[in-house]
Amino acid sequence: MIEITKLEKAFGKNQVLKGVDLHVKESGICAILGPNGSGKTTIIKSILGMVIPDGGNIEVGGEKIKGNWLYRNQIGYLPQIARFPENLTVAEVIKMVKDIRNEPADEQPLIERFGMKPFLNSRLSNLSGGTRQKVNLVLCFMFNAKYIILDEPTAGLDPIALISLKELINEERINGKVILLTTHIMDLVEELADEIIFLLEGKIFFRGTLEDMQEMTGEVKLERSIAKILMKNSEEHKEMESLPN
Amino acid sequence: MRYLIFMFFFLNVISIHATELEVCESCIYTSIKAAIEDSNNGDTILVKSGIYKEGNIIINKKLTLIGYEWPIVDGENDNEIFTITADSVRMEGFQIQNVGTSYRVDRAGINVVRSKGVVIINNRLINTFFGIYLQKSSHCLIKDNVILGEAIAEISSGNAIHLWYCKNMSIEHNIIKKHRDGIYLEFVDHSDIINNVTEDNVRYGLHFMFSDNDTYVGNTFRNNGAGVAVMFSKNILMKENHFDRNWGTSAYGLLLKEIYDSEIINNRFTTNTTAIYGESATRLKITNNTFEQNGWALRLLGSSMDNTISANNFFNNTFDVATNSSRNYNVYTGNYWSEYAGYDLDKDGIGDVPHRPVKLFSYIVTRSESSIILLRSPFVDLLNFAEKVTPVFTPATLVDDRPLMRPNL
Amino acid sequence: MIKIFKYSFFDLIRSRWSLIYFLFFAVTAGSLLYLSNDVGRAVVSLMNIIIILCPLIATMFGVMYYYNSREFIELLLAQPIRRESILLGQYFGLTISLTLSFVLGLGIPFLFYGILGSIALTNFVVLLLAGSLLTFTFVALAFVIAVKNENKIKGFSLAIFVWLFLAVLYDGLFLLSLFIFEDYPLDKFSLIMTTLNPIDLSRILIMLQLDVSALLGYTGAVFNKFFGTSIGFIVSLSCGLFWVIIPVLSMVRLAKRKDF
Repeated sequence: MIEITKLEKAFGKNQVLKGVDLHVKESGICAILGPNGSGKTTIIKSILGMVIPDGGNIEVGGEKIKGNWLYRNQIGYLPQIARFPENLTVAEVIKMVKDIRNEPADEQPLIERFGMKPFLNSRLSNLSGGTRQKVNLVLCFMFNAKYIILDEPTAGLDPIALISLKELINEERINGKVILLTTHIMDLVEELADEIIFLLEGKIFFRGTLEDMQEMTGEVKLERSIAKILMKNSEEHKEMESLPN
Repeated sequence: MRYLIFMFFFLNVISIHATELEVCESCIYTSIKAAIEDSNNGDTILVKSGIYKEGNIIINKKLTLIGYEWPIVDGENDNEIFTITADSVRMEGFQIQNVGTSYRVDRAGINVVRSKGVVIINNRLINTFFGIYLQKSSHCLIKDNVILGEAIAEISSGNAIHLWYCKNMSIEHNIIKKHRDGIYLEFVDHSDIINNVTEDNVRYGLHFMFSDNDTYVGNTFRNNGAGVAVMFSKNILMKENHFDRNWGTSAYGLLLKEIYDSEIINNRFTTNTTAIYGESATRLKITNNTFEQNGWALRLLGSSMDNTISANNFFNNTFDVATNSSRNYNVYTGNYWSEYAGYDLDKDGIGDVPHRPVKLFSYIVTRSESSIILLRSPFVDLLNFAEKVTPVFTPATLVDDRPLMRPNL
Repeated sequence: MIKIFKYSFFDLIRSRWSLIYFLFFAVTAGSLLYLSNDVGRAVVSLMNIIIILCPLIATMFGVMYYYNSREFIELLLAQPIRRESILLGQYFGLTISLTLSFVLGLGIPFLFYGILGSIALTNFVVLLLAGSLLTFTFVALAFVIAVKNENKIKGFSLAIFVWLFLAVLYDGLFLLSLFIFEDYPLDKFSLIMTTLNPIDLSRILIMLQLDVSALLGYTGAVFNKFFGTSIGFIVSLSCGLFWVIIPVLSMVRLAKRKDF
């Protein structure tokens, strides 16, 4: 389980997270949504220890992460942009990450699933963006990590790979993994997410299942629900500004 | 036939007169002095090994003194040891040691006074204040001697070979260390200094004062205050010498002061603080020398004129040429400069662009000593380059218009 | 750290740039040797090139490499490994591959010309040492700058400026101050100024080999002691090492606090 309490983070003057409390369940898929700059990536990076919070506490699997780095062997992470040392081959990069984690990995099924076999010995500088993203997927899923964090997992993937990925995510859910997901593709959320967390201006605005959200906004489509929330929010802003001092 | 008889008779007379006197503990003569006393002109005195402490020994007859198995003649840190006042004396095979330092008298291991044709060969002089001192003498040969001093300061030390008012002398193959001057010449004309090695002297390896028409060839001057100093002299030929590692605050390979009409040919100057320093050096030919890794290769002050510097090799000196004047009265031509960055399109072996060997930085260093620490800094290179393009401080006419592309070896 | 080092080293050693850097030095050294036909002289000519070029290349590659591998660093950060290990691993990977290109690039032509039996061997070794020290220092400085500045253009400009300042401007200001205060004894001042600039330190290391003859012509007692004994070499070398250690440590310190 991932336990976040009162998480705060500012970049310069920009207060990105204003006291976020978040509890992620023991299993299932949790989608973190929100407009640009709402703090999705910051939360994810905080969990991974890439961003050092100004305040609050994060626990992963019962371990506080502050000053700790070993907890990360429970996490598989898929970053947004896939870039690797250009002169290494795919096989070498896989070997490198295995070396670093020093734990058993099962990359063969993933390589086959995403059709990576022909690329294993080519240098990463020669690969297309989509293929590199597949390398990323292999690296993320090849360990039997309890927590899987996916930051925009669909970027650059072709439809076939996308289907494979969805299957993979579902399988992992069945295996009892905890999956955190950010994405702009709402279809993906509707299809996969057990729980939705909607961030707005550094706080959790909404938290619940897809049905909860439909109920709240009265819209069936998730995309519309979100658009409605955002519009309402900006109207409130205007009202606040027009109030006499 | 008559001649033959005469010759026979004559030789007989000589052989009768030229006796050999032996000196040793168990010989007829137990002291050198006694043997000299009893000898006649033309005799040979054979001194066998042993230690002889006899004070000042005066040789006033035409004698040949031969040391057998290195007899030691000791001055007990007091007296002068040998004083030669006769012509054609020959001394060979002695170890002469311990002449006391004196601030009043120039005491020596061997002092030759007003004599001709004296030959001093293959002796060892150790700690003799002045080693071999010759005054008002001529046609002498000083050869194969080893002269080791213990000089520390200039004021309390003497010269290894000291010549004063002499003519036609030859000084060859001697090894000289740790004196004030290795070889000192004052008013000495028509003399040759050949193949000597002089090292570690407090002042100069070889020192000319008011001496003309002399030659020195094939000598090595290493680690002296200055390798050679030539002052107030003219017509000196300096050839094929090696000036090496004469290091220090005012150390020079070759120090020239008031010298005229001389030639410096085929010498090698390596790792001296200043290879050649010239003050009022006039009408010199500096040709075919090699300057390698010296601090300053040529430092000619403004008072030096009409010198020709040609066909020399300048390799990796910190400064090739330095001067204190903004004008140039000397000719530089056909030298090889390892720093030269020009090109040779017509392939005649001569660079198409003239070379300016004086760097601006050498002026800067003269003004502010500490700036030497910026030597070889890219910034300093920039300054030097700018100065080369448009000379402001350095003499505009100090240019080698025919720089060689390849060393002249 | 060793693991990261291993892979980034393998990555870099195969890169085109390593080869270009290696070839540059090999060709330069080879042609200098061919033209002068003397190892001693070639060493002197190389010195100027090294003083300017090693820091420049190290700075450029340092900044470029850091910015290019930012995303990869993020991937690594998500792995169970210390932050400082990642950065140190990458630092050593880059530095050592650059140093290797440099040392081999110069070393191979000189070996062919028989540097081993030459009297210029010490000079050559000091030259390699100075160039390597500069590489270590300037890659670290470049990393510090890049870690501090997310903006690539800003980081690049700053790094180039630091290089320009230390390589050229610093000495200009230094010389100017020597002239302004010429009435005072400046031996100590100038030695201290030198230790504050890694390029000057490397220059002194080489100077102590090539220009002893000139350096001994100076009267100042401090200079005489510094240049005339092995003190100069020892002091310059240890200050040079400080110039590696301090930027590396501050790089580690920055990395610990940085948000990626």
